[in-house]
Amino acid sequence: MDIFDKYELLAQRRSQLLGAGADPFDLEIEDLHGPCEATIRGRRTILVGTNNYLGLTFDPECIEAGCAALRRLGTGTTGSRIANGTYASHRALEAEIAAFMGRAHAIVFTTGYQANLATISGLAGPKDVIFVDSDWHASIFDGCRLSGATVVRFRHNDPDDLDRRLERNPNPGGCRLIIVEGLYSMLGDVARLREIVAVKKRHGAFLLVDEAHAMGVFGAKGRGVAEAQGVEAEVDVIVGTFSKSLGAIGGFAVSDHPRFELLRVAARPYMFTASPGPATIATVRTALAKIAAHPELRARIWENAQRLHAGLSALGFTLCAPPGPILSIRLPDERTTVFAWNRLLELGVYVNLALPPGTPGGVCLLRGSVSAAHTPEQIEEVLARFARLAEELRQLTARVAAE
Amino acid sequence: MRASRHAPAMSTPDPDRLLVEISALVARFAPAGAQLTRATELVSDLSIDSVAAMDLVMEIEERYGIDIPVNEIADLVTLGDLVDLVARRLAARS
Repeated sequence: MDIFDKYELLAQRRSQLLGAGADPFDLEIEDLHGPCEATIRGRRTILVGTNNYLGLTFDPECIEAGCAALRRLGTGTTGSRIANGTYASHRALEAEIAAFMGRAHAIVFTTGYQANLATISGLAGPKDVIFVDSDWHASIFDGCRLSGATVVRFRHNDPDDLDRRLERNPNPGGCRLIIVEGLYSMLGDVARLREIVAVKKRHGAFLLVDEAHAMGVFGAKGRGVAEAQGVEAEVDVIVGTFSKSLGAIGGFAVSDHPRFELLRVAARPYMFTASPGPATIATVRTALAKIAAHPELRARIWENAQRLHAGLSALGFTLCAPPGPILSIRLPDERTTVFAWNRLLELGVYVNLALPPGTPGGVCLLRGSVSAAHTPEQIEEVLARFARLAEELRQLTARVAAE
Repeated sequence: MRASRHAPAMSTPDPDRLLVEISALVARFAPAGAQLTRATELVSDLSIDSVAAMDLVMEIEERYGIDIPVNEIADLVTLGDLVDLVARRLAARS
């Protein structure tokens, strides 16, 4: 037996995909021309699938802050937070995130993935039960597994199903933790947080909301969906990322729980990895100050989202959610979706190809995400290229029907 | 306990009936015409991957008004394992 035999099914899926002419896991960005354009396969391409919601990756002040930190503090910390990896700037960023999110405590993590891994595995233990939305991100799944807790999935965005499951699992010997996302990353739909909070209160459970895709975009101050729905006080812990609206890499968790800082000596993915480098910390601090000071960035991404959503709908595409930063187009099958994804790349538009088993309910998606940095001209150009795709898809459907 | 839409009061079905009922649910996730016996392997015979297995389990949970923790799904190999797991959860409920 070979050690890779266990991946037989996975290998079959991968060669099926390669046979259909796509390897979405091996796409190379050959060069970048600002936050919204790149060279891919030798072609100038408009990026509509990078989660770069506020377009801050090329912000001159963020870049300068990063360069200055590199010169002053070096290329890396070469240590974990519990050894030599806590610099004054890590502490300063934590204070600034706590202030931005309106919380008493903030902890910074090296990646967004680790933010969930550390927070969930730190909060929950083997005697606890976690109730998690069934459209969970891999980092939530892995955090749940690492915690050793009993994990119960509830129907996606279904407070009644959550209620029934909490009712069936009182777990008197431990705690109960509910985990949902503010904005779901695949379909772009928003959590029904008000109702989930009502269920949470009725059962005396804890609630963690992952605002990775919502921070910077939702809420009057950009804190996320919990802020937008006015339920922040009932959310015990919020997890977020630096790799979307903040344009860098890393993650954080915030809470008002008086014992939250214990996670620093309990959460292994926090303790046993090198801390984020000084340049990353510096760009995130600058970006955070920017999104606090410039609410017009949020206004711009929403305008772009409305325009792109309206244009794509008018072209006859089926969008999975109302206008928002994530615009996922549902296509009928894998063959059509792979064709469309490749064709868009040839036309100079990059979106994400999302196929089962990575999608909820086995749907095939072209997953787009819009940025505040997209110009009106870029949005128009993207729509013009989608119009060509729509026409080609109509011809393809007609040909298949005639065969 | 509150009345629940998806959890009708029912006695635990006998093992044979449980196998028939669960096979009917599994069939929706399996290739058409696949043979379903207690020995049928979910991954190698039916190509039900880990994500599909979780969706299948959610259907079963709704059908019987039980919760099957994700932790227990990973250990499932055969359809018989799945039937036994459901029987255990039903017994724990009653």
